[in-house]
Amino acid sequence: MSKKSIYRPYLMRIETVTEEAPLVKTLRLKFVNEEEGRAFTFHAGQFAEYCVFGEGECTFCIASSPTRKDYIECTFRETGKVTRALSMCGPGDIIGFRGPYGNRFPLDDWKGKNLLFITGGIALPPLRSVIWNCLDRRDEFGDITILYGARTVADLVYKNELNAWAARSDIKLILTVDPGGATPDWKGKIDLVPTVLGQAAPSSVNTIALLCGPPIMIKFTLPVLVQLGFANENIFTTLENRMKCGCGKCGRCNVGPLFVCKDGPVFTLKQLKDLPQEY
Amino acid sequence: MDAFKKRVKELLAEKSVNLVIGYEEADDKSARALFMSAPGDADRLILDSRCVQNLALYLKKKEIRKLGKIAIVAPLHVVRSVLQMASENQIKEKEVILLSPAPDKTLQELADFKGMEGYVAQNPAALPEKDLETIRKLDAMTPSERFAFWRKEFAKCIKCYACRAACPMCFCGRCQVEYNQPQIVTVEATPLGNLEWHFMRAMHLAGRCVNCGECGRSCPVGIPVHLLSFKTCLTVKESFDARAGMGAEMKSVMSNFRPEDKENFIK
Amino acid sequence: MKIETRLLKKGSLEKLVLDLHTAGKRILAPIKNDGKADFAEITGLNQMTEDYIATARSAKSVVFPKAETLFEADVTRDNVALTDRDLDKLPDTILLGTRPCDAAGLESLGSIFLWDTVDDVYAARRKKATLISISCNQCDAKCFCTSVNGGPGGTAGSDILLTRMENGDFLAEIITEKGKALAEQYAPLFEPAPEINKEKHLAKVPVVFDVKELVKKIQSGFDSPAWMQQSLRCIGCGACAFVCPTCACFDIQDIRKGKHASRKRSWDSCGFSMFTLHASGHNPRTTQDSRWRQRVMHKFAYMPERQNTLGCTGCGRCGRSCSVDMNLKEHLIHLCKAL
Repeated sequence: MSKKSIYRPYLMRIETVTEEAPLVKTLRLKFVNEEEGRAFTFHAGQFAEYCVFGEGECTFCIASSPTRKDYIECTFRETGKVTRALSMCGPGDIIGFRGPYGNRFPLDDWKGKNLLFITGGIALPPLRSVIWNCLDRRDEFGDITILYGARTVADLVYKNELNAWAARSDIKLILTVDPGGATPDWKGKIDLVPTVLGQAAPSSVNTIALLCGPPIMIKFTLPVLVQLGFANENIFTTLENRMKCGCGKCGRCNVGPLFVCKDGPVFTLKQLKDLPQEY
Repeated sequence: MDAFKKRVKELLAEKSVNLVIGYEEADDKSARALFMSAPGDADRLILDSRCVQNLALYLKKKEIRKLGKIAIVAPLHVVRSVLQMASENQIKEKEVILLSPAPDKTLQELADFKGMEGYVAQNPAALPEKDLETIRKLDAMTPSERFAFWRKEFAKCIKCYACRAACPMCFCGRCQVEYNQPQIVTVEATPLGNLEWHFMRAMHLAGRCVNCGECGRSCPVGIPVHLLSFKTCLTVKESFDARAGMGAEMKSVMSNFRPEDKENFIK
Repeated sequence: MKIETRLLKKGSLEKLVLDLHTAGKRILAPIKNDGKADFAEITGLNQMTEDYIATARSAKSVVFPKAETLFEADVTRDNVALTDRDLDKLPDTILLGTRPCDAAGLESLGSIFLWDTVDDVYAARRKKATLISISCNQCDAKCFCTSVNGGPGGTAGSDILLTRMENGDFLAEIITEKGKALAEQYAPLFEPAPEINKEKHLAKVPVVFDVKELVKKIQSGFDSPAWMQQSLRCIGCGACAFVCPTCACFDIQDIRKGKHASRKRSWDSCGFSMFTLHASGHNPRTTQDSRWRQRVMHKFAYMPERQNTLGCTGCGRCGRSCSVDMNLKEHLIHLCKAL
């Protein structure tokens, strides 16, 4: 086989398409070349460039867990040209997948620790990879708490999995929607994520916090975490930036001297404080 | 010149304006834009034949508009650009004061659109003879010779969009080439794509261009881009007896029709 | 490899060009067109101009062209067939007349494209390019190579460096193994060199700032008002980035013609307003001052920190091509004082 270009994607066949929320879909992909699929590995937190040939590429995290070898999943919201083209793809269609890129959530450093996941809306996918990864290695970690909110009930993604997590005795799941976003049969909380976090007041002792969400949610959640006693090096988040190459060459995604595609997308709050606030 | 410096200092000292844009001498003795916010800055002001940059383009920059009322030291092409921008709702009355050279080089302060219209009416503008000469040569060619000329020129184009950036009329917040649904012109610089870009731009400028020539001057690879617009402007004058930048009222030929227009497909 | 010196007489350079052309090599050298010198293919030395300080565009197109195809795809109902570039088909290219600042630019490009994950397309082009550079016996006010670890006789990045002497002959410095192989292949043309004082034939380019100090200042100067002051007249085009020998930022786009798709890479510039625009509409750099700051910090703060390389070779092209005189040399001198 000739040497592959670093820009050449894997061919992936879409196995299933799940409608998670309005304009939000999850694709389950399988490698067209099974040998490539068997050899492929990645870590939770890494991302890839997904493409529709002829339309372009876009950047999403890998939303499935590295412990599930059979498939790759991504979840995206239809926003522009490429996501629109992806939205029009169905089971059987072939798309491109280039990756994995970026650094990872350092799960091995967290053995024996409690994990607190805080996320909102369509920011759950990157953390979902970590969550399933941890659940597949459940014994290695302490308490797992997931706080997930969305604007409305319809905007919650992975609804089936949320039910599965709620049913488990080894996870504490707190769901919330914004005021005005509840349906009549909604059993979860009705408040903004930072407020719910403050009320739940999870202990920061021996706990790692993973926070992913829209900038406004992060802005108001960080102070609550700090108040709860979380140290900056124990708060992990992911940054997004416009990307093209994914491997530190096209010069587009840098925050100060660091590239989100190489040195991120996973950063601790301690690292972010040392960077210019240009993201 | 002293009158200009004096007036700039007054305007800034009185805080009638927060910024005055003019020209200063660069290291290599050419002229470049000067941004004056303190009266002392005006000591560097120059105004002579080197001052060709079309300063009206800075009215496109939001960080400059945010500064409030602005004055510009404005030779004729700048005045015409400001009027054309005004006719397209980019500038409102009293947002800009122009300090322009009268034919006898004294200062003529244009505080409103009426003043600016009076100024352009009394100052005839002519295309540079060198460019007219080249246009005559191009006109004398057969269509395929002319196409070959432009194809050769635009093969050099690197799609840096300096021509667009230097032009006050290219003020679209998002240019047509920056849309990808649909992608009208290819992003990368290919011979065909370059032609598409430049022809599209020339059509978008037809009847709106004040012939300042900045697009051609700003091209880093020496393509005489300005000639396309010069030619369309000559055509507009001939066909519609209209010129851009003469008034603050919208009269651009591509945005207006009159019942007397000769095209009869609409009838 | 220890640099060896030879004498390449003017007539021998003429013969070398002819022989290389006969051997099927593509030779690019500066030719003058409408007052501007730019690299184009030549078949004889007389087509090359000697009347240039630096070409309008840099030589980077040879290794990093303004547009190129990364791969192609044919899409059918059940399959996608990908076709890689046949990098072996790229032509062997001799770049004749690159200046030391051009050659140093390739080293800077290499620090990005060959860093970490090796960009195979770039690597193939670089391997097939041989640089016979010509050192500078004149400079202009925009040049500042000596302030950024370069010089009019700098050898970095060149395979052979020729220094022109008064009688039209050249001192030839054989710098790399590639250069050595070429000199050996055409050995009769590369005669033994007498003692030659190279310095005497080089332009005097004054040093205008201490780059080590400047890098330190810029690295801690993110919040300075100097960026806004300097960038007011910048019009946000890509001219400086595109003529620059070290600018490597690129865009990736797909083109589709029916069932055939190609993935293209093309030059891009951090000066464009949409460079960092997210699909959501969020843009970390909304005004030109933040984009100007990115340009300078990338070259003088981030690249020194990550790639241990300066992102600038002092060629002065940005200054010559900028229609609003965003004179980098002047701005850097100003930053030394303002930061």
